[in-house]
Parts: sequence; structure tokens; C-alpha cells
Amino acid sequence: MSNDQSGQYELRRRTDSERFLDRAFRDLSITMASVVAVLLIGIFLFVFSGAFESIGRYGLKYLVTSEWNPVSDQYGAFNAIYGTIITSLTSICVAVPLGIGTAIVITEDILPKKIRETIGLMVELLAAIPSVVLGLWAIFVMEPFLRPIFIAVNHYFGWFPFFSTKPIGPGIMPATLILVIMILPIITSISRDSLNQVPLPLREAAYGIGATRWSAILHIILPAAISGIAGGILLALGRAMGETMAVTMIIGNSLNFNWSLFAPGNTISAMLANQFGEADGSQVSSLMYAAFVLMILTLSVNIAAQYIVKRLSLKY
Amino acid sequence: MNQDLIYKKSIKRNIIEFLLNTIAITFTFIVVLPLVLVLFYVLIKGGEQLNFALFTQLPEPPGDDLLSAGGIGNAILGTIIVTTIASIIAIPIGVGGGIYLAEYAKGGSFSKFIRFGTNILSGIPSIIAGVFIYGTIVSTKIIFGSSFSSLAGGMALSILMLPTIIKTTDEGLKLVSDNLRKGALCVGASKFTTITSITLPTAFRPIVTGILLAVARAAGETAPLIFTALFSFYWPQGSESFLEPIASLSVLIYNFALEPYKAQNELAWAASFILIILLLFLNLLARYLNKLTIQNK
Repeated sequence: MSNDQSGQYELRRRTDSERFLDRAFRDLSITMASVVAVLLIGIFLFVFSGAFESIGRYGLKYLVTSEWNPVSDQYGAFNAIYGTIITSLTSICVAVPLGIGTAIVITEDILPKKIRETIGLMVELLAAIPSVVLGLWAIFVMEPFLRPIFIAVNHYFGWFPFFSTKPIGPGIMPATLILVIMILPIITSISRDSLNQVPLPLREAAYGIGATRWSAILHIILPAAISGIAGGILLALGRAMGETMAVTMIIGNSLNFNWSLFAPGNTISAMLANQFGEADGSQVSSLMYAAFVLMILTLSVNIAAQYIVKRLSLKY
Repeated sequence: MNQDLIYKKSIKRNIIEFLLNTIAITFTFIVVLPLVLVLFYVLIKGGEQLNFALFTQLPEPPGDDLLSAGGIGNAILGTIIVTTIASIIAIPIGVGGGIYLAEYAKGGSFSKFIRFGTNILSGIPSIIAGVFIYGTIVSTKIIFGSSFSSLAGGMALSILMLPTIIKTTDEGLKLVSDNLRKGALCVGASKFTTITSITLPTAFRPIVTGILLAVARAAGETAPLIFTALFSFYWPQGSESFLEPIASLSVLIYNFALEPYKAQNELAWAASFILIILLLFLNLLARYLNKLTIQNK
């Protein structure tokens, strides 16, 4: 049978143009992919070369002094680095329990399914609100509303260095709170995904031997999902360090160093947003040094996040 | 005997359960509260200033304590133009890179580096993207001698869109069943034909979802624009507008929020209203498409 019909069809080789198209398409996609590598290396080299002059001139002293004086060419970014680290770490400490708690509520059966789905949707929409709108809201709504509370804290706990100045408006504390709002969706959605990936038999086994809901969560489900959650926390930390607009609008952009969380402060990204457009001469190089420090901070946090997810994930 | 099976409220483990439930639900409430409050304020404060002139007029330069600060027509148009430029740059590169990772990469060190680089690039602070474009494009005046321009702004935004598009294209293509690929290759289709007529159309929805999310993120970004696209109080003028500073909603909000004048601040709220409606629409559309994909599987 098949022999009879084989004459009707002719085998043909691909024409040269078809082969060319095939190969060109592959090469094109490789080129597009390499854009990522070129961009990443380009950004890194650009920031490093821009900062080179300043790194040579100020060395590591730049990281621990906080004088910022374009007139006398004295630059030190301790103030901004302190602001970046204190705002991001504090906001992580607040956001982690809130985010994981929410992720547990979304994935477990404490509330009816309809409500849980709505909460999940709302958390994702929170991520869609642009940072500049949150900044606007922080300036005109959040900070004036919270100021009496800050003043009370300052009144009663003013002896503690972190609360030692009178709240006057913009400052590190409101900036931290707005950062909490910005990183909550990241922590919540990554924790939710990790919790969802915990295999069902693990839960069933836990409930089967008589575990209550929370002992199953705390002893079985959370430990099984911990690598994803830890990775998510680090990603959120990186985002908090690099976040610019909302922080710039509410932190006060002060060049003077102060321990107090109620005093106006600065972060590296806020300093870049404020000064980079108008800077020239050695100020550009000094700002690039700050950008370089920020790059190193976010890069190491992001690489650590990837490492944790890859290495620590328990295999089921 | 039966007494043992009745739920006892006051024994230790039930109290602990109840307390932990309460704590978790309280946390959830605290998380959802800011969204409700921000949306509420933006919709109320921005909504009460909605009128036709908002879309057709130009913003007044700050300085006078005006009753009204004009409209935001050029900023709405500017956001659309800059985001479109960014999409035109980022979508082909992103989808192309995603196709490479999903269809061609064989797990060698190059593809590993690209995957790693995509993750790292998505973690780079947006302000650094702005600084990079400022240093390479704006201050060198490399594009026809123009410094601040909508083109530079679009390039800065495209850096932020790129990782999202690559990742979703890669993941979307990987969801396509391998049998489809084998079937296509079996009937003699070339790799090019397989990808363009079989796998890409099958993965169309997740890819579009990713693109929409990336566009939504870019449209709301401010930091990369403040020293690339800058701001403008005028309408974009024809084809020259690509080489000139351009207004955008996000930069308008930033600039006018920090002005000491009430009229300007109100305009910032109105711009936030428009921006949020736009972004929520894009996000809900993306989620809707994503849901369709999951149901179809």
C-alpha cells in the first residue's frame, strides 16, 4: 500500500532561504538574550568607572564620614548609607511577620475561600500602586496623621537615641513605614507561592497524626517552605534598599547625620534622585561612588536570595 | 465518653489556636488597610477635580498661587508616548531573549548566565537605570545632539521592563507541551516555523500577561525619568518631541507634590487618580488573561 502512494509525494530539501531564515532567527534570539548580559555588565562598568576617581580620592573614608560639601569638595556618604540600611532593615523587620501572617491566612483555611481570594487580589493590587503615589499619600495623609503618635513616643522615650529628636514632618520613620507598605506585597506573594508548593501529603500526614492547624503550620508547613520565604525576604530587602521615589518624598533629604528615626535623613537613592541632575565635577564622581555602594548592596542581597532558593530548598 | 469529642474552648491548645488565628487575621487586616486607604484618598481627592479641562489643558508653571493649576493633558500624552517607546524597545528584545532561553538554550554556561543576569537585572534599583541612561545617552548627547528626551526616558524604562518580559516569555513557552514541538518537527516544520506558528501562539496569553504587567510597572515609574525625560509644560510637538524633554504623569506628581502651592498639590492628586485608574486597568486585564490561561490548561 505505502509503496503505491509514495510516488504522490516528493521529498524536498529545505531551500537556502528557509535555512537562512531558520538560522537567522536563532542568531537573532541569541543576540536579544545577550542584550541582558551587555546591559548588566555595561551598567556595572559604567557605575564603577564613574566612581573610580572618587574611590581613589576618598577611599573607604567615604563610607564612614558624613560631610557632604560640594564647595570644599569634601564628600562622605555615611549619612546616606546609614539611612539606606536602617530604613530597609527596619521595614523588613516590620513587614516580615505581617507578610508571612497574611500569606498563611491566604493559603490556609482560616477564612472562607471567597474572602481569601479577595485578600490575595488586594495584595497584588497594592503592588500595582506606583511609588510616587504612595509618596504623595505619605506626605499629605499618613505623616500628618501619625505625627501625634510620633510626638508622644518622643515625649516618653526621648532618652532613647533612636527617638531623641522632635518629629517635625518628613523623616526616617515615615519613610520606613512607606517602605513597609511597598515591600509587603513582595513578601506576601512569594511566601504564598512557597506555602502553596508544600506537597499535600505533608499536610495530610500532619493532620493525620492529630496536629492542630497551627502546629501543622509552625512545625511542618513553614519549615518546608522556608527557603522560598527566605529568598522572598531577601528580594524584598533589595527592593527596599533601592526604592527611590516614595522615600525621597518623605525622608527629608537632610545632609546632616542624626541617629534619631524622627529626624530628617537621607538614603543613597534619594541622594541620587535629588542631586544627580544638577551635579558636576567631583560631585558626579562622588554620587557615582554612592551609586556603586548601592549596586554592591543590592547585588549581594539578590545573589544571596538566588543562592538560598537554589541551595536550601528541601527536595520532596 | 462522648464528652471527650466535644470542642472545649478553654483547653490550652484551643486557646493557642484561637490566639494565633486572631493574630494572623489582624496582620492581614493591617496589610490590606493601606491599599484601601490609599485608593480611597486618591479616588476621593483626585476624583473631585475630574473635569474636561484636566485632559485638554496644560499645567501652569508653579509660582503663582492660582485657583487652578490647569490640566495634565500633556502629561497623560507623555506617559503614553514614553511607555510606548519603552515597549517598542523592550518587547522584541524581551520576547526574543525568552525564546532563546526556552527553545534554544541547552543549559550551557551562557544560558545560565543569561537567566542569572535576568534575575539580577530585575533587582537593580530603578534609579540606577536612570543614572546609567543619563550618563550614556543624555550627558553624551549621542542621539542627534539632544540631551533630555522622551527617547532617553523610554530607554531607561525599557531596562526595567526587560527582565519581566524575558521571564514570562520563558515560563510561558516552557508550559507549552513538548508533544506539540515534537509533532511539528515530525511533520517537517523547521525550528523557526515551530516557534512562530506553534509554540508562540500557544503561549500567547501568558506572554501578553507578562508584557501588560511590565507596561504597567513602567508607566508608574518615576525614578528613571527624572533625569532622562525630565518634564515639560508644553504639548509634545510632532516628530521633534522624541528628542525633547517630555512630561509624564509620574514626574508631574513628584514635582507638584513638593510644591508649596495648594493648586499644584491638587493637580498631583488628579494625576494620581488618572495614573492609578490606568494601572489598575492594566493589572486587572493581565490577571484576567492569566486566569483564562489557567482554565484552558
